Amino acid sequence: MLKGLSFLVILANIGLGLPALASEPIRIGSVLSVSGSAAFLGEPELKTLQLYIEKTNQNGGVLGRPLQLIHYDDGSDAGKANSFAKRLIDDDKVDILLGGTTTGSTMSMVPLAEKAEIPFISLAGGTVIIEPVKKWVFKTPHTDRMASEKVFTDMKSRGISKVALLSETSGFGQSGKKETEAVAGRFGITLVANETYGPKDTDVTAQLTKIRNTPEVEAVFVYGLGQGPAVVTNNYQQLAIGLPLYHAHGIGSEQFITLTGTASEGVRLPAAALLIADKLADSDPQKAVVTGYRKVYREAFQEDVSTFGGHAYDALMIALNAFAKAGVNDKAKVRDAIEQTKGYMGTGGAVTMSPTDHMGLDETAFRMLEIHNATWTLIK
Amino acid sequence: MLAPFLQYLISGITVGMVYAFSALGFSLIYNASGVVNFAQGEFIMLGGMLAVFFSKAGLPFPAAAVLAIVIPTLLGMMIERLTIARAKNAEILSLIIITIGISLVLRGLTQIFMGKAVHALAPISDSRPIHLAGAVMHSQSPWVLGFTVTVMAMLWYFFRHSLSGKKILATSCNRSAAQLMGINTQWVMTFSYAMAAALGSLAGVLITPITMTSYDVGIMLGLKGFIGAVVGGMGSGMGAIAGGLIVGIAESLGAGYISSAYKDAMAFLLIFVILFLRPRGLFGAKATDRV
Repeated sequence: MLKGLSFLVILANIGLGLPALASEPIRIGSVLSVSGSAAFLGEPELKTLQLYIEKTNQNGGVLGRPLQLIHYDDGSDAGKANSFAKRLIDDDKVDILLGGTTTGSTMSMVPLAEKAEIPFISLAGGTVIIEPVKKWVFKTPHTDRMASEKVFTDMKSRGISKVALLSETSGFGQSGKKETEAVAGRFGITLVANETYGPKDTDVTAQLTKIRNTPEVEAVFVYGLGQGPAVVTNNYQQLAIGLPLYHAHGIGSEQFITLTGTASEGVRLPAAALLIADKLADSDPQKAVVTGYRKVYREAFQEDVSTFGGHAYDALMIALNAFAKAGVNDKAKVRDAIEQTKGYMGTGGAVTMSPTDHMGLDETAFRMLEIHNATWTLIK
Repeated sequence: MLAPFLQYLISGITVGMVYAFSALGFSLIYNASGVVNFAQGEFIMLGGMLAVFFSKAGLPFPAAAVLAIVIPTLLGMMIERLTIARAKNAEILSLIIITIGISLVLRGLTQIFMGKAVHALAPISDSRPIHLAGAVMHSQSPWVLGFTVTVMAMLWYFFRHSLSGKKILATSCNRSAAQLMGINTQWVMTFSYAMAAALGSLAGVLITPITMTSYDVGIMLGLKGFIGAVVGGMGSGMGAIAGGLIVGIAESLGAGYISSAYKDAMAFLLIFVILFLRPRGLFGAKATDRV
């Protein structure tokens, strides 16, 4: 009894101590790939976090407390991500972890977050991050499986059923390949050719020739990220294959159009609304958030937004909403608040999480786009 | 049946020429100093990146190309003077490690000053592909081929018939003896680095319209070029060209007829087979030459 009483007293003391801590910053820990091969993903992510944390602080912070970003660059190395996450948890004593630019980095941080019982919102695409559901781990980007599903839905509507898959040997491409193979049957699609290429390959004509010589092929689906898909698209035009060409969501940046020029005419891809912010109908519920984020980002950095920076924006907003709802001190409550995120409209789509869904996006998250006259156009 | 084979062959030759240029740079420096210069790929990257940079700055292509070759060449000389020359008494292995350090510095500086984005460069002539008996060739490929042949011929003449070329050959045979004969071996070293850098950056300018470029393309080009040089026989000019082409064609045929999943493995498989059958590479000099 006495023991219980003294425990209550201690609790009360902690409670009393709180107001004094009110100006203590909320520590947001992030590990992103700002250099190395995934730098083009990590850089806009970090810029977005820094920009919005500064903005939030100018507006008085959250719960009257300023935000403090503690950031480490893993150099696109999953091993380093692990040791930085350890440092963030043990030494920097952060209140939440954001990041893991790549699926590899994220997965190396997952066990640490789970063990330390600290909320962790990932910015990477892999389905493996949220399946099976991990208690403390969430993510904001759409998964590779959703991209394949969106592409197959569009192919079906055009009466295409025999598809050649050309996937990148990177983590992104291989995870995409696995998911594509897994969902193809459900859409009545047969993969009649299944080729791969390396992310740094400078010529893919050999693989494309093989695909061209497979007689049944009705469309080609390329699953890659960054530079590789641009090489594929250029070679595709060079070989004059002429079949519909689909890409995954990994090419969602203006750079792709610059690199491919006329070769990208007619290319279709699933992408987040951010890419076509100004082409969305005014009635579109996502219009406000994507145009808003794009405007702020452009003003601050004089460069175009990418969907990747958008993932960081969404993660930060979901985290701040959870802090506002649950306070900062109880990590379990923050975790619950993230899991209860409902109807949050982000750059990636409407997010409604649940104990069985730690991403919370549905198929409306992706829009089907076609590149036409060197701009993105929305397919109805 | 023939058309796809021709297509694989053309793809292989195009990629192979890129590797060949890279391999040639390895051979030059290896000849002069016995060092494998792992910064060779970075010169290719610099050539491409600078050509893009100057083109974007509004310079006409010939001017951009010349600058993109001259700057890395001067840089190559400077690097040799500032790092390799200062460590000349170090072991070969230490020198090789220095070149790895140089490649990291060059890559890092490019990343900081020219960004991480991927860039494209317009081809020298019309960008429409060339059709050839059912196969298709990039409009830049004949240019690459033409320059490769020209450069090879010039190098051959240089080494066979000019005094400077013979000085380099003499130094590669026996450094001390060359020095005793009054050859400035220090100059030979600087000159070799300049030549390797010039060749690399020329390759970079030529291939960027086909391959595109970014700050990190040097790693893979350097590695494949190194394999080409070893396959052809380290130190042999002819071998470097042949080795590069063989690696490119093997990759392309492998991807076409076996599986694209093993494309990169083909190059490494090749190195095993060739080194097993001919430990000095296809055109490698006999061991006695270097004693």
